[in-house]
Amino acid sequence: MKQRRILMAHGAGGKMMRDLIVDSIFPRLGGTVLRAGEDSAVLAPEAAAKAWAFTTDAFVVTPLFFPGGDIGRLAVFGTVNDLAAAGAVPRFVSLAFILEEGLDLEVVERVTESVARAAEEAGVEVVCGDTKVVERGAADEMFVCTAGLGVIEGEPARPSRIEPGDAVLLSGTIGDHEMAVLVAREGLPFEAELKSDCAPLGGLVAQVRGQVCVHAMRDPTRGGLGAALNEMAEQAGVQIEVEEERVPISAAVQQACEVLGFDPLYLANEGKMVFFTPEAEAARALATMRHHPLGAQASVIGRVVAGRPGRVVLNTSVGGRRILDLPLGEQLPRIC
Amino acid sequence: MRVEDLVEPFRDRKATLALAERLAVAVTRPTRLMEVCGTHTVAFLRAGLASLVPERLSLIAGPGCPVCVTSASDIATATLLAEQPEVIVTTFGDMLRVPAGGRSLEASRAQGAKVRVVTSPMESLDLARANPGYKVVFLAIGFETTAPSVAATVKEAAVEDVRNYLVFVAHKLIPPAMEALLESGEVAIDGYLCPGHVSAIIGAQAYQPLAEKFRVPCVVTGFEPTDLLEGMCEAAEMVASGEHGVRNQYRRVVRWEGNERARALVDEVFQVADAEWRGLGVIPRSGLMLRNEFARFDARRAFDLSDAPQAADAPGCRCGEVLRGLIAPPQCALFGSICTPESPQGACMVSSEGACRAYYRYGGMEGA
Amino acid sequence: MCLGVPGRVEKVEGTWAEVSYGSVRTRISVALVPEVQPGEFVIVHAGFAIAKVNQEEAEETLRILGELGAS
Repeated sequence: MKQRRILMAHGAGGKMMRDLIVDSIFPRLGGTVLRAGEDSAVLAPEAAAKAWAFTTDAFVVTPLFFPGGDIGRLAVFGTVNDLAAAGAVPRFVSLAFILEEGLDLEVVERVTESVARAAEEAGVEVVCGDTKVVERGAADEMFVCTAGLGVIEGEPARPSRIEPGDAVLLSGTIGDHEMAVLVAREGLPFEAELKSDCAPLGGLVAQVRGQVCVHAMRDPTRGGLGAALNEMAEQAGVQIEVEEERVPISAAVQQACEVLGFDPLYLANEGKMVFFTPEAEAARALATMRHHPLGAQASVIGRVVAGRPGRVVLNTSVGGRRILDLPLGEQLPRIC
Repeated sequence: MRVEDLVEPFRDRKATLALAERLAVAVTRPTRLMEVCGTHTVAFLRAGLASLVPERLSLIAGPGCPVCVTSASDIATATLLAEQPEVIVTTFGDMLRVPAGGRSLEASRAQGAKVRVVTSPMESLDLARANPGYKVVFLAIGFETTAPSVAATVKEAAVEDVRNYLVFVAHKLIPPAMEALLESGEVAIDGYLCPGHVSAIIGAQAYQPLAEKFRVPCVVTGFEPTDLLEGMCEAAEMVASGEHGVRNQYRRVVRWEGNERARALVDEVFQVADAEWRGLGVIPRSGLMLRNEFARFDARRAFDLSDAPQAADAPGCRCGEVLRGLIAPPQCALFGSICTPESPQGACMVSSEGACRAYYRYGGMEGA
Repeated sequence: MCLGVPGRVEKVEGTWAEVSYGSVRTRISVALVPEVQPGEFVIVHAGFAIAKVNQEEAEETLRILGELGAS
């Protein structure tokens, strides 16, 4: 009788693990490289590669399935987007599952299917993987770890290329992902159209870079737009000015934030990209983004100035001005 | 009218800038206004209004930050309760990280204590019903805005005879604190911006005795940018013309009589008691405690708290002076150096609406 | 010290109500404003309606804001 729950033995390297991989994972995921099952994926060199971009990520989201996505989808897109932000074309992804003893096998299969679909959407191949099982209570159902490899054919996009005068563009609305996950996780008594924006941005980035010069990019994940801009300002040694009313936000996210006392500028996004382009190219960059399905609400949200290195200033929607600081950590619902 | 009409126009840029101009005209000489309410301080700084008000206008943050003024020993006691194996402590998110003598609810939770963040006192009662094997304790902080909701929840618990629900009452009252500040005469304040939502409960009437006794302007003010500026305009205009008394800027929400139903509920469930305000000391008749009829819900009576750790404030911490409006956050030597949001030395830096944290994060009155 | 958000009462069931903020709805207690009716507006704090919005005063304030340039 086939075991429908994950047991410690599934991670032990023996027959049960082999069966898990062959019966549950391979049929749903992977091409020839993955299924060869070798200790390492051996990949052919690419002539056009000037450089490689390499990234790693870990995913611990709860709940595993949320409106707009799941941990599998998130894992692939999160990895791919980090590569895209460096100006790389994402090619290969590795996948490690850390499974909690007692987890329903069906969950593993659903996540695997989701990974497969996401990989196809993102145009990447999952070439190697690993499975470990930890005792009940040592993991929250399932953790996913990835690494990603991408090819850089032209000039890499990096903070050091940012210059005063550059325009800052954002591909779409903020806060969708974290709000959707939070409401799903906490079972907050919210009825709202809150959906994660989880999406692969390689296509959007390629399209924009095909049209305009892009100095740097960042995907505003944990810590949101606020964290991303502060990091870029710091790394590039510039000051960034942001126009609050140009930052796109959906009514649902805005209202949910007001009720809970959250600041949308610090909420994680999983399908958005910040672009730094020379000022002269901003209009073209914007038009290109808006033509892409993932950039329909793109906006020029600010600009880089010489000012104080590492500082981010917000010009508020009412005409005031104040610092936009780094977030402090997890936001909590508040009453004050 | 749509609900958006109660929000967006109050954040209108043109109206805001027009009110800023009116304010510049109204402030004819150096004027010191105290915003009693922490939420006012944050709303003001977050909207970038500091950059729009005349330099002659000094805005001083007051003691209206319930997190900041919850006594260190109450917080330490709450952490002790959380560490009892049969207890689940439920709290608003605001209190989770507040330090007290090296302890905090977050730190206790990291060590295995059961602490749950809730967004409403009713949620904590739900938790009690769902977990009959545990004693669920609700950390009831907040001023008059929040106390009625807690009172309603305790009443419901009583009606349903929920046996495992307890409330650790640390509510405080604003008018007695304002009176104590005014009585002390420590700091010269020309006028007061009174908290809009506290006033929705206690009514604009609540400030009348203070306004008369101390001959000061008190303007009940809302929280949107246009509300804040309009409230400041009214206060500044009263100061300039030597007027005192109560005015209500937040008329769409606050009635002169306030919410009598809410106050009746509070009166039914709580009685007034002396209370210790962190940084201010004991203020007579400035807090609430559960009446005897509801004693069975009182966490202070249900547990032996005599072992409660004494929590002293960090050396050099001047939160008390900040809360009393004696100094601005940057005047504290610890501000920004030893005391930062990542390593807060006092409650004013960790509270989401503490003056120190607001100044640190938004750039204070110098703005950007 | 008080985050309070205006909401429109959509439905009332005893001491509970469904309130809309535009695109988001929540269920809150109206124990403090029990006489409130659907179509009216309240201020919501910590899962409770703490006061009813006075629509006349609101409209008057909106009129003034309009004069100051608000759209």
